[in-house]
Amino acid sequence: MQFAKLVLRNALRHKLRTALTVLGLVVAIASFGLLQTVVGAWYAGAESAAPTRLVTRNAVSLVFPLPLGYRDKIRSVDGVRSVSYANWFAGIYQDPKNFFPQLAVEPRTYFDMYRDYLVPADDFAAFLRDRKGAVIGRKLADTHRLKVGDVMPLRGTIYPGTWEFTIRAIYDGAEQKTDTSQMFFHWDYLNETVKKRGRGRADQVGIYLVDVTDADRAAEVSQAIDALFRNSLAETLTETERAFQIGFVKQTEALVVAIRIVSYVVIAIILAVMANTMAMTARERLAEYATLKALGFSPAFVAALIFGESLAIAAVGAAAGIALTFPVGDWFAQRVGTLIPVFEVSAQTVALQALCALAVGVAAAIIPGRRAARVRIVEGLRAVG
Amino acid sequence: MHAAERPAPALIRIRNLAKSYRRGGQVVPVLTDITLDVRAGDFLGLMGPSGSGKSTLLNLIAGIDKPDAGEILFDGVDITRLGERELADWRAGTVGFVFQFYNLMPVLTAYENVELPLTLTRLSRRERRAHVEAALALVGLSERMAHYPAELSGGQQQRVAIARAIISDPRLIVADEPTGDLDRHSAAEVLALMDRLNTDLGKTIVMVTHDRRAAERAHAIMYLDKGELSTAADVHERSVR
Repeated sequence: MQFAKLVLRNALRHKLRTALTVLGLVVAIASFGLLQTVVGAWYAGAESAAPTRLVTRNAVSLVFPLPLGYRDKIRSVDGVRSVSYANWFAGIYQDPKNFFPQLAVEPRTYFDMYRDYLVPADDFAAFLRDRKGAVIGRKLADTHRLKVGDVMPLRGTIYPGTWEFTIRAIYDGAEQKTDTSQMFFHWDYLNETVKKRGRGRADQVGIYLVDVTDADRAAEVSQAIDALFRNSLAETLTETERAFQIGFVKQTEALVVAIRIVSYVVIAIILAVMANTMAMTARERLAEYATLKALGFSPAFVAALIFGESLAIAAVGAAAGIALTFPVGDWFAQRVGTLIPVFEVSAQTVALQALCALAVGVAAAIIPGRRAARVRIVEGLRAVG
Repeated sequence: MHAAERPAPALIRIRNLAKSYRRGGQVVPVLTDITLDVRAGDFLGLMGPSGSGKSTLLNLIAGIDKPDAGEILFDGVDITRLGERELADWRAGTVGFVFQFYNLMPVLTAYENVELPLTLTRLSRRERRAHVEAALALVGLSERMAHYPAELSGGQQQRVAIARAIISDPRLIVADEPTGDLDRHSAAEVLALMDRLNTDLGKTIVMVTHDRRAAERAHAIMYLDKGELSTAADVHERSVR
């Protein structure tokens, strides 16, 4: 009891110093959490990928399409449950900064494969009936204040011209990490329009999405699909959806690594600040520690006082920092809109924040704690007056 | 030291004690071949010029410093041979400290400061409370229990320190310039209190002081000069010569 009393009252002895240190910790822990969440968001697509889903694309590059005729051949491969396909549209909604993914998909097979996109049955039926209909995610709808029935014009980039879609359904995510910033529309509408415009891109598919019966057979099925089209004009590369998503992340990996390093640099800086605070504290109280030792208290007790104080400050800073991460994260998510589709502070990030604060609390107290524990009583007592 | 008819056995027997410090690569002897007996119930004053080694001798007697040579037998136990942990336990149960600058914990109240040594014992909270209240009553500070050191005068702080020194009922009280930071009135109060601890409670006291009035409270005065110990008579003889 006396120990806790000493720790807490010592921590509040220099209120301004403690408050500034806690403030530093709050900023550092919140920044760390935010940066870690950005890194996590980068990998969100890969994290939400199902192990039974494969992606088949042109082996040369994602830029080159595959013939629609591959669909039935892929479906015939042993171990394949269903096949869907999609084209990346890359249209602009009002302003180029309003980025969000738009995919022309074969709707029945696609939404059957992505069961974590929760679409109201009636709305989905309406979407299927409307050739120019679209399904958009909740986040996208909220960001641009869109609702069912609204007309959504897109200016095409890969497929030039103005394209008008009517929103027929809004999907929600089955989980927090589900991306609800996307827009889907009928592949047939895209294909027919391309045919009419005669641009030579008709009956071409960007990627095939393949659902396999057994995740353990994913590698075997991938090889079988690619073997089908070996030595053809459009050879394929089939990989798991996770590997496909990570391939995108890899393109910007240097940026992700930089963000991750910066997040730990922030922690290192606050560790230096905290260590300085604890060193000053211990130096000022050397006489008190010597007195405690003279009275019969052990060196371990004296060291524990410093560790306790350091951990108490770190705990307060961590609690406030973690609490702050959520509103700041929400604000950040609103600011970036659909540019970062899934921006959620995960339990893992919170655990990492707490762990970093604990490490800072312990590390900052090591040198002053050791010094106070080892100080000779007579030398410590001389520090008085 | 006692002038009584029935001399008590020596509580502290110091034999051939030596201590030196290293300063800038040089060895500076502080105490050389000190031999001294302090009997139970003695009130010994240690005087001498600054740097004469009196505080060093007091620290060695209190077990907060180690000599280079010699032995200090406390009730038959050579404390110079005790390990750090044993010495800490010995101090907690045997020695009460009174420092010149009181050395109270500023974040604890008078009550909590006095209670501090008792947290090392197995006494219950209720027992501790009874002891602390009695000790604070003895030093006349029952009304100031909830006050922090910064809210007390120097004399009051030193009385709290004295209450803390006696709380675990130690046999020995060491006081290093206990009146050095006090005005005349407060110093007199503190000295009267120490006198009571010695005469009423039978505590053995070893006190370092520069103050002749403080030293007069002691039953015996020893002088330290250049690391050597002498009695008042020796000093007088030297001055006559």
